[in-house]
Amino acid sequence: MTHDGFGAAVSDTATMIDRSIRLTRRNVDTLFVSILLPLLMMALFVYVFGGAISTGTEYINYVVPGILLLTTGYGASNTAMAVADDMTTGMIDRLRSLPIRSFAVLTGHVTASVARNAISTAIVLLASLAMGFRPNAGPLDWLGAIGLLVLYVVALSWLAAALGVIAKSVESASTLSFFMLFVPYLSSAFVQVETMPAFLRPISQHQPITPVIETVRGFLTGTGLNGTGWVALAWCTGLFLFSFTLATVLFRRRARG
Amino acid sequence: MIVEAVGLRKSFGPTSVLEGVDLAVPEGSVLALLGPNGAGKTTIVRILTTLARPDEGHATIAGYDVVREPAKVRGVISLTGQHAAVDDNQTGLENLVMVGRLMHLGHGRARQRAQELLEQFALTGAMNRRAKTYSGGMSRRLDLAMSLVARPRVIFLDEPTTGLDPASRLTMWDAIGDLVRDGTTILLTTQYLEEADRLADRIVLLDKGRITASGTADALKTQIGGERIELYFADEVVARKAAGLLGGLADGPLLNLPSDGTAAHLHHVLDQLRDEGLLPSRVSSHRPTLDDVFLTLTA
Repeated sequence: MTHDGFGAAVSDTATMIDRSIRLTRRNVDTLFVSILLPLLMMALFVYVFGGAISTGTEYINYVVPGILLLTTGYGASNTAMAVADDMTTGMIDRLRSLPIRSFAVLTGHVTASVARNAISTAIVLLASLAMGFRPNAGPLDWLGAIGLLVLYVVALSWLAAALGVIAKSVESASTLSFFMLFVPYLSSAFVQVETMPAFLRPISQHQPITPVIETVRGFLTGTGLNGTGWVALAWCTGLFLFSFTLATVLFRRRARG
Repeated sequence: MIVEAVGLRKSFGPTSVLEGVDLAVPEGSVLALLGPNGAGKTTIVRILTTLARPDEGHATIAGYDVVREPAKVRGVISLTGQHAAVDDNQTGLENLVMVGRLMHLGHGRARQRAQELLEQFALTGAMNRRAKTYSGGMSRRLDLAMSLVARPRVIFLDEPTTGLDPASRLTMWDAIGDLVRDGTTILLTTQYLEEADRLADRIVLLDKGRITASGTADALKTQIGGERIELYFADEVVARKAAGLLGGLADGPLLNLPSDGTAAHLHHVLDQLRDEGLLPSRVSSHRPTLDDVFLTLTA
């Protein structure tokens, strides 16, 4: 019975990952909605708005990368709520009064979030292919796109975990994470930035999601990265480091009273 | 002393919650922190279980400092909080195995320990049901079972029966009683005097962040005033005559007499009354209850 060292940290984390995934699997409503909603959004954009939006290419080829990022936003807000649920019930005191690593609890949530997102993203991607999405990407391009998406999801999930720790209730966690769903609309996800009014353009052009979307789009449609790759990588890495630190520090402090 | 606290102080912003609390709990005993809402009971428990830091003062559990050696403290304690800390979407068994794995028992041993505890807390029949289907009493029992997975030396129970129906409360008391017999040290908080009276070796009465009294239930009862004898006579005339003989306070046909609670004193009183032909129709003896203690000391 050792409570020290790397092995213990790994074992604690594995236990908490098991827990979070089990809880996710049993929360069928949430899982269902987080897959269905992006599918509906994609159908809405492709079939309803798409005809009126000109992007110089088939609209579905333009919009799929944006939908993929929107999907991760839904997944992340569920993570914020799951963390807030732990923080506001007695569960957190139980876990914190056990001799375990404090980041194990949050890592469990984040890992479940990444797994959930991987599934919903895969489903959305398959559906998009059925709807006429025609990527023009080689194996390395796919690898690049998937790698960046995973990094983005990990970073966003840690941000969601931090919001869950800050939130005073599950409801406020849901509200706090609302902007994660909103930010993609102010990017090049659905329309080209050039079509936006002048005051909005600099924001949309330089917010973190635009380079990520441009990069994923560049990989998948074979239109090239135009230097956005490094910007996207920097944003995701920065967001990850910031969110991870914020979440773990706040987590330790919050429960310390 | 397995639990020792000296001069604990804690404020939240301008609100002072603890104003210098000392505690000492011998190994194998049960201490009840008794007090109304807002007395500081939960704050004391949070400090002793490493979940909050005291502003001043220090505390040790089994010799480990709660601020400097929180990991060591967590290795010897367990906490059962005011709200059942169970995962509603995991089964009873899964909840217990999870805690066992977090205590690094290994998967097989964790499972075995879970089975033992399910048996001990009469939850075996419900072990494969999700905890959200459990009654309030079952949730609390599962909660307590989860805090016992690693056989802690000191168990903290924060209002273990608040919100339970009387039958579930009795079951919970029995479960706690079993732990006491096994020699576990228990520190519990409660608003119920009956609970403190029944479970605790020593009671610490807490009000507005200060200890207002402490001792055994009996000592506390003696402290606020003695026992009394009530004598019921045929009418108030007889009662007044008896008061003239013995002192005390006549109230209609009833005479209220201070007493030291011994049989000899009662015998002496009755002898005197018989000699004067003033025998009462009924006699009762009263000890102050913990409710009297509570109301007197926190008034």
